[in-house]
Amino acid sequence: MSVDPLTGPSGVPAPAAGDLHRAAARPMPAVPRVHEVSGRLTDDLRGLRVVWKRELIRFTRDRLRIITSLIQPVLFLFILGTGLSTFTSSATASVNFKTFMFPGIIAMTVLFTAIFSAISIVWDREFGFLREMLVSPVRRWALVVGKCLGGMTVATIQGAIFLLLAGAVGVPYAPLMLLTLIGEMALTAFTLTAFGILLAARMTQVQSFQVVVQFFVMPMFFLSGAVFPLSKLPSWLAILTKIDPLTYAVDPMRRAVFAHINVSPHAIRVLSPGVTWNGWMLPTGVEIAMVAVMALVLLLGAIVNFSRTD
Amino acid sequence: MPSPADDAPVVGESPLSSERAEPAIAVDRLSKSFGQLEAVRQVSFTVAPGETFGFLGPNGAGKSTTISMLCTLLRPTAGRARVAGIDVAAEPGKVRSRIGLVFQDPTVDDYLTAAENLRFHGQLYGVPHAVLEPRMREVLEMVELVDRRNDLVRTFSGGMRRRLEIARGLLHSPRVLFLDEPTVGLDPQTRSHIWRYINSLRKIEHITIFLTTHYMDEAEYCDRIAIMDNGQIVVCDTPEALKQLVGRDRVEISTDDSDATISELAARFGLDASISEGAVTFFVANGEEFLPRLFAELSLPIRSVRVARPTLDDVFMTYTGRTIRDAEASGTDHLRSNPWVRARVGRR
Repeated sequence: MSVDPLTGPSGVPAPAAGDLHRAAARPMPAVPRVHEVSGRLTDDLRGLRVVWKRELIRFTRDRLRIITSLIQPVLFLFILGTGLSTFTSSATASVNFKTFMFPGIIAMTVLFTAIFSAISIVWDREFGFLREMLVSPVRRWALVVGKCLGGMTVATIQGAIFLLLAGAVGVPYAPLMLLTLIGEMALTAFTLTAFGILLAARMTQVQSFQVVVQFFVMPMFFLSGAVFPLSKLPSWLAILTKIDPLTYAVDPMRRAVFAHINVSPHAIRVLSPGVTWNGWMLPTGVEIAMVAVMALVLLLGAIVNFSRTD
Repeated sequence: MPSPADDAPVVGESPLSSERAEPAIAVDRLSKSFGQLEAVRQVSFTVAPGETFGFLGPNGAGKSTTISMLCTLLRPTAGRARVAGIDVAAEPGKVRSRIGLVFQDPTVDDYLTAAENLRFHGQLYGVPHAVLEPRMREVLEMVELVDRRNDLVRTFSGGMRRRLEIARGLLHSPRVLFLDEPTVGLDPQTRSHIWRYINSLRKIEHITIFLTTHYMDEAEYCDRIAIMDNGQIVVCDTPEALKQLVGRDRVEISTDDSDATISELAARFGLDASISEGAVTFFVANGEEFLPRLFAELSLPIRSVRVARPTLDDVFMTYTGRTIRDAEASGTDHLRSNPWVRARVGRR
């Protein structure tokens, strides 16, 4: 049967008389009391800030997570590092293997924290909260950037806590080095969070997180030069390490550390050889620029992926 | 900060025409297909400002798909819809800032407190700083959660979460509040509590409420209801008018010989009776006036009799030829197949 949208099938004007709650007789409030979001940049920036703030609130509330995510790098540095150092001292030109590993393990802390933070979007989707954000008037790009900045902040704080252990592995607390490392950690964390969000954009199950870790995170970590020097590798492995984007984040961190410890030029050549492309040694600035470009590309991809509607 | 003048301009409306003249929701031949499947077919209806309008139908009838299009979560395949004066396809962001949403699945953050959840929402929706805290108190009072405001939502019961979601949906003073199955999965006592809140808020807030439900008794709370089945609106009117449309009362009688009663009813009164739940059941106009005649003329002694006014269940049956429970059994919920709005089913 056809229904007249204005009157309903019985021909009675829409809200018919006679009910206690009858609506039409009641005056509507003249003006909504709130400011209306209408696509202004300030509205999006405020949305961005609140998404970022939520990440921080959740991070500081979850003390257990802060501690447990420090356990893995501590195990790598002090158990694996100590174990390996017993038979590598000749090859490492008498540099403590833990000193060598330190910047790599910082990168690892940042890697896992940032990816975990990004993947929490899948968690938010499964538990519904993502919808609260997606139906808000704030535009999607602001939500994604807010999430990236949140992941960046959390991972940088986590990495900075780990920096406190520098003294235990023979790395000095040189202010310039610490600042450089923190800056590099922040850039790396932002890039990795954007990468994680791109992966998470269409993921519907928390279980898929395992797949991400096995297929992306672990290979990226092992190939990045975090746990072994990239000099004197067989060529197939050398090529793989150069494809790994994380290599270009770990190398600047290692250079920063090696610039502040007292080691022979030979040790630097063995342990911190830099990344070469066809014989050309990439300067730190180029490596950092590459990571920054990757950050932008991944961020754009994440935004595009998140802005699709059915 | 904007001046009051450029706050909330209504697009396509002259300054002379009042807010009241424009319907809160106007839907014109709205359709949505998922591949081959037509979830919503050419749906048209209008909701007046301040009205409480209910979408009634079994799961999978297209209620949630329609609500998702009105909330700009899904893009219509065809047709037009205006919510709070704004076209949902042309300016989704603007529509979003004028509506409040309460979903059937929880969307609060368990690891934040009630107040933090509200503050997050208020800031996303641009509630001015000076207004936010008093407004938060107001909506929390409405759902009686003020003393739990600083507790983590994780510690809340299902009913409390739903109340918090309703409070949050109201926080930014929307023109239209959408409630998608606001009481699904709650126990009867909590359900009636939720309805008390909804009824009180429509008095206090004077807002338009659009809700979906598959509980017949809840549809009674609406000013008007539209019955939806297979993606179409089969009928739309006030609950009273719909029940009158059925026209007949249901009469149940029990005698010593049901079969003889049925044949006598057919022979003497021309009534088509059947046995339902042990009683001889038939439909007749003005059941109470019919009873004296029945007592006088039926040869078999009547042991008990029951006359029932038509229910919305009967309305549904009249228009669709089946009960809502039968319809449920064959339905599927298309909304859940959409990854953006998907959430784990049956949690908690």
